[in-house]
Amino acid sequence: MSERYAWSNFWLGLGGAVAAVVGVGIVSTFEWPDTESVQVGYRGNGMVQIYNQVSLANQVAQTSFPEPEPVIEPAGLVASEIYDNVQVLGHLDVSDFNRLMLAITTWVAPEEQGCLYCHAEGEELSSDSLYTKRVARRMIQMTMTVNQEWDQHVAPTGVTCYTCHRGQPVPDNIWFLDPGQWRTTGLVGNPAGQNMPATAAGLSSLPFDPFVTFLEEDPGSSIRVAGLEALPNGNRTSIKQTEWTYSLMMHMSTSLGVNCTFCHNSRAFSDWEQSPVQRTTAWHGIRMVSELNADYLNPLQNEYPAIRLGPTGDAPKANCATCHQGAYKPLYGYEMLVDYPSLAQYGPPELQDPPMAMPAATSQ
Amino acid sequence: MADYQNIFTQVQVRGPAYAGVPIARGPWVRSHETGYSHLLGRFGDAQVGPVYLGWLGLASLLCGFIAIEIIGLNMWASVNWNPIEFVRQLPWLALEPPAPAYGLSLPPLNEGGWWLLAGFFLTASILLWWLRVYRRARMLGMGTHIAWAFAAAIWLYLVLGFIRPIMMGSWGEAVPFGIFPHLDWTAAFSIRYGNLFYNPFHALSIVFLYGSTLLFAMHGATVLATTRYGAEHEVEQIVDRGTAFERGGLFWRWTMGFCATAESIHRWAWWFAVLTPITGGIGILLTGTVVDNWYLWAVKHGVAPPTPVAYPILPDPTLIGGGQ
Repeated sequence: MSERYAWSNFWLGLGGAVAAVVGVGIVSTFEWPDTESVQVGYRGNGMVQIYNQVSLANQVAQTSFPEPEPVIEPAGLVASEIYDNVQVLGHLDVSDFNRLMLAITTWVAPEEQGCLYCHAEGEELSSDSLYTKRVARRMIQMTMTVNQEWDQHVAPTGVTCYTCHRGQPVPDNIWFLDPGQWRTTGLVGNPAGQNMPATAAGLSSLPFDPFVTFLEEDPGSSIRVAGLEALPNGNRTSIKQTEWTYSLMMHMSTSLGVNCTFCHNSRAFSDWEQSPVQRTTAWHGIRMVSELNADYLNPLQNEYPAIRLGPTGDAPKANCATCHQGAYKPLYGYEMLVDYPSLAQYGPPELQDPPMAMPAATSQ
Repeated sequence: MADYQNIFTQVQVRGPAYAGVPIARGPWVRSHETGYSHLLGRFGDAQVGPVYLGWLGLASLLCGFIAIEIIGLNMWASVNWNPIEFVRQLPWLALEPPAPAYGLSLPPLNEGGWWLLAGFFLTASILLWWLRVYRRARMLGMGTHIAWAFAAAIWLYLVLGFIRPIMMGSWGEAVPFGIFPHLDWTAAFSIRYGNLFYNPFHALSIVFLYGSTLLFAMHGATVLATTRYGAEHEVEQIVDRGTAFERGGLFWRWTMGFCATAESIHRWAWWFAVLTPITGGIGILLTGTVVDNWYLWAVKHGVAPPTPVAYPILPDPTLIGGGQ
């Protein structure tokens, strides 16, 4: 009898230990249930946004919202009259120009380098010898393009360099072409572009690179998967293709810190007549990112040193997370452009040095 | 002195091992190996064995082993044979069916061919196990209800991985073998076909699924609550008056005016359980083959009511021509 009880105790102890391990695992990995549900649509449709108070507060606390640089009295002279080789900001009053340079230094340049990050030490300020200066010029043009031509996505908040850079020379959330080391050349183990923890898609097992398809190539081509009629009528979209769309949507959801119902009515994901307006904003966003990658970011490949390039030698690219960084609006809607109106639109081409360098991108 | 507990009993009945009712002699005789497990006795009967394996059981286990090996080794290869990553990423890993471009043709092994092979062996294993369940039941002189209930589940399995892909003309429509990936497939399936919740057979399947749990809870609770009057002796109690079953039946007539009988409650439960995968399989089979968008189908037939607009609505940007 005593032997049997000993075994019984052993098994009970083992069971207790397993239960303890599983319990700790559950308690430590589950989301802390301090969530707030905000109804955003008609009842019964699940149109609810769920906010976790703790993680939201942490996210906001980790975000710095820089104070605007003090405004300087206008000098009455534009920058292209004072400085040489001011191709993009030549129309600005010198005071405004210098204020913007100061701001960009704090937004982008490493603290120990300051101005020297872009302006080579011992050379004229006009020198373009550093790649950082050449890239920065193109980035300023890109910022102007976003504010001027993509108002359907960014208005009225707008974007500045800080929207992506957040005080760092290289923004946190950039992406490169997949090096393809997952591709097994042998006879087994092909994951078919998915089936591993996909950071791009909220750690799901969905396709891990939705960006090449949807944010580089034609973005309107294949995102839509659902049929437009009740009965089969030639829509041959496969479930696998749906998973790629799903992956892009998970990327957007993760990048913005929102659930599906931020943009969609979950009873009919595809129906525009039941979708919140955010879906239209996002629609323009997909096209915007795709164009920025094609017109601005990919063409800079030859400017960068190798250390800034991806594993396959491609230029760093943008996706939704590059600006949004987990917030439904970048910086939770904190408006910075209003303090730097010089980034809101292109200047007159004739006021640049050399003149007529603008406008830069006209693929609209 | 151990006594009988209604919620959790520690009583374990031990006697000479019971070898089972006599059966007609088959090619395999069941093993005479029996033993007792205290741990198993805490959950069910403490007696383990005798086991009947037989040719069908052996063949089924062999096919199942081959299928699991194909799936598992492909998963392991997809993490470059790293054992730690295999364990760490296991819930994400999968063996994926062929790309839609292959249609119903035979793809190269690493492009979905392994998936077809694994599917073949898994299906063979399941069907062989079904035969074994059927034959063992006949051998014991039982009815074949268990085999047919199992067949209902096999129907859903075959619809998902075999019948529907053939009707759609593409193995790529089938479900991947993987823990999270098959769940992603399920969600993508609903998104592609306009919300499966508007599929009436999906709705029926949910009714039977939830109904099964409800019936199981009601029946289990009733029997446990009347064990103090001997309710576990179900069959004798059916024909006698004043028994535990009479009390249980009276309880339900008091509370809801109607009760099942000791026999019919098991038919209720069996049919609810069996109809869950049968109706679910019908719903899957109709999706994509007969209906392309279940939401629009429900609107067309007055099932999905229009809801008031609660926020500003903008038109489809591709329709207004200003698309950039």
